[in-house]
Amino acid sequence: MNVLIIAEHDNVSLKAATRHLVKAAAAFAGTVEVLVAGAGCQEVAQAASRLDGVARVLLADHDCYAQQVAEAVAPLVVALMDSRQVLLAAATTTGKNVLPRVAALLDVAQLSEIVAIRDSRTFVRPNYAGNVLVTVESLDSRIVATVRTSAFEAVGEQQSAAPIDPLDISHPQAQSRFVSASTLQSARPELTAARVVVSGGRGLGSAENFRLLDGLADKLGAAIGASRAAVDAGYIGNDHQVGQTGKVVAPELYLAIGISGAIQHLAGMKDSKVIVAINKDPEAPIFQVADYGLVADLFTAIPALEAAL
Amino acid sequence: MKVLVAVKRTLDPYVKVRVKQDQSGVDLSAAKMAMNPFCEIAVEEAVRLKEKGIATELVAVSIGSDKVQDQLRAAMALGIDRSIHVQASDELESLNVAKLLHAVVQQENPGLILLGKQAIDSDNNQVGQMLAALCGLPQATFASRITVRDGWAEVAREVDSGEQVLAVQLPAVITTDLRLNEPRYAKLPEIMKAKKKPIATFTPAQLGVTPRQHLNVLSVAEPPPRKAGVRVASVAELVDRLKNDAKVLA
Ligand SMILES: Cc1cc2nc3c(=O)[nH]c(=O)nc-3n(C[C@H](O)[C@H](O)[C@H](O)COP(=O)(O)OP(=O)(O)OC[C@H]3O[C@@H](n4cnc5c(N)ncnc54)[C@H](O)[C@@H]3O)c2cc1C
Ligand SMILES: Nc1ncnc2c1ncn2[C@@H]1O[C@H](COP(=O)(O)O)[C@@H](O)[C@H]1O
Repeated sequence: MNVLIIAEHDNVSLKAATRHLVKAAAAFAGTVEVLVAGAGCQEVAQAASRLDGVARVLLADHDCYAQQVAEAVAPLVVALMDSRQVLLAAATTTGKNVLPRVAALLDVAQLSEIVAIRDSRTFVRPNYAGNVLVTVESLDSRIVATVRTSAFEAVGEQQSAAPIDPLDISHPQAQSRFVSASTLQSARPELTAARVVVSGGRGLGSAENFRLLDGLADKLGAAIGASRAAVDAGYIGNDHQVGQTGKVVAPELYLAIGISGAIQHLAGMKDSKVIVAINKDPEAPIFQVADYGLVADLFTAIPALEAAL
Repeated sequence: MKVLVAVKRTLDPYVKVRVKQDQSGVDLSAAKMAMNPFCEIAVEEAVRLKEKGIATELVAVSIGSDKVQDQLRAAMALGIDRSIHVQASDELESLNVAKLLHAVVQQENPGLILLGKQAIDSDNNQVGQMLAALCGLPQATFASRITVRDGWAEVAREVDSGEQVLAVQLPAVITTDLRLNEPRYAKLPEIMKAKKKPIATFTPAQLGVTPRQHLNVLSVAEPPPRKAGVRVASVAELVDRLKNDAKVLA
């Protein structure tokens, strides 16, 4: 079955998530094409054309796609699904925003956050914050799914780049207008792609104390994550939240510091390869998923750990 | 302006999930149920819009078995004026839910439609976007701030890169994120008053919708447990283990 992937990007660079999508797409044993919808995103298309297994890049470069608003991107994708059977996007806020709109217009179901592909119609996906795994078969003529990218490997580069087809198409719409966006200026690795994540919770106690994690993250080359309680208390921005309603991460090493381990938090990190928990409460549920648990006061443990690295 | 709020009955977020022995689903027979937390936030936002004089009438809708009327009563105790109950299976797929909500939207013509961003049982995160598509309306998902002015809603959205602000022309579909507001608790007199507020009941056929099956659930299982970890006595031991046992540090 032929697969269309929606590239994850910010008009400037192609996000690592796309590499994982191409890997997932390979399971369908058909042609894999990548749609780059944006404005001034030529370089993104070039990067996508080099991903191993990509047969063609479709480039929809127009102002109306600049922010990838769902009202513009959905009709674009629907038109492309006439001749393709599978549509995949990353389970990011962009993918989650656009894909259900496409599915409804195609009158097919959408599968959210698939973590495994059993065969071209059968998928595994988490429910109840990852407390259960559901194996589900699609009865539809077309498969539309968001992919939990941490569950699939990343593809490398291919010898010769795939062709890039510019699409002469646009969907200007007047119902929704972009106003503004915050821009990230972090020198740290992206949370969902980092090899190491250092996460802090309410136990840090204040925004000022939360900065204690910086030194540790610097030494480990880590991204910084947070529990919802830490974000709600204003210790750090919402783009750092890990969990059922935040980001899902699966790094090589995850350090949970001053985090109790509520199921909604575990939903976002329990597939990490190695989990370390530092908490002063020996009964904290986080210890049930930790490979290495240290019962200690974080205010002494963090400086000691930083010094030992 | 009339505001329509879609409310789902789900397992209480703080109780343990139990899978049925035959792996056909989650055992809800004796479980504590509640209003989906994101729907509570949608209800609260609607009530605040009425308190600000922006909304004039608040209508809640829920799709499912007769038990969803508990959650509709709860919504009315918080300030919703009247409710609509669409009688259907509690396990309806998101696309069918969206089609039924679309029919309700056509009947009610609301100026704003509020939904939770995601149901914490299916974790689908779909119905709002699907409903917007079916209605041909603009959408603003994952809202953390809503300002209504001159026929538009300005919505701050929680996105992976931080915050994005969109303006959508009303009527529009907005789905709520956790930080939009903090829901209030219902007071006893309001709970009593809510018992007298009206709930209109419809079947899918009365709404002109025939739910169709798109997905076939083959099994529902618990994920494999992580292997038991160890307690370390000190930071020094932790670093040693990470270097020499787990080999995740150089
Ligand atoms: C619908 C819904 C969705 C949610 N989504 C998410 C989500 O995506 N992500 C998320 O994280 N949560 C989410 N939550 C919230 C979740 O239920 C918890 O409330 C939250 O994860 C708790 O954060 P915490 O562990 O930082 O805080 P707490 O539970 O308060 O834990 C703080 C911990 O710090 C420890 N501590 C305190 N001081 C010290 C010290 N000096 N040294 C060492 N340890 C110390 C304490 O022992 C405690 O274990 C959601 C909830 C709901 C209802
Ligand atoms: N059965 C239902 N009845 C009413 N509203 C629903 C129902 N299912 C989902 N919704 C609404 O759609 C939102 C998102 O659900 P979902 O897309 O299933 O994760 C929920 O927060 C509700 O607002």
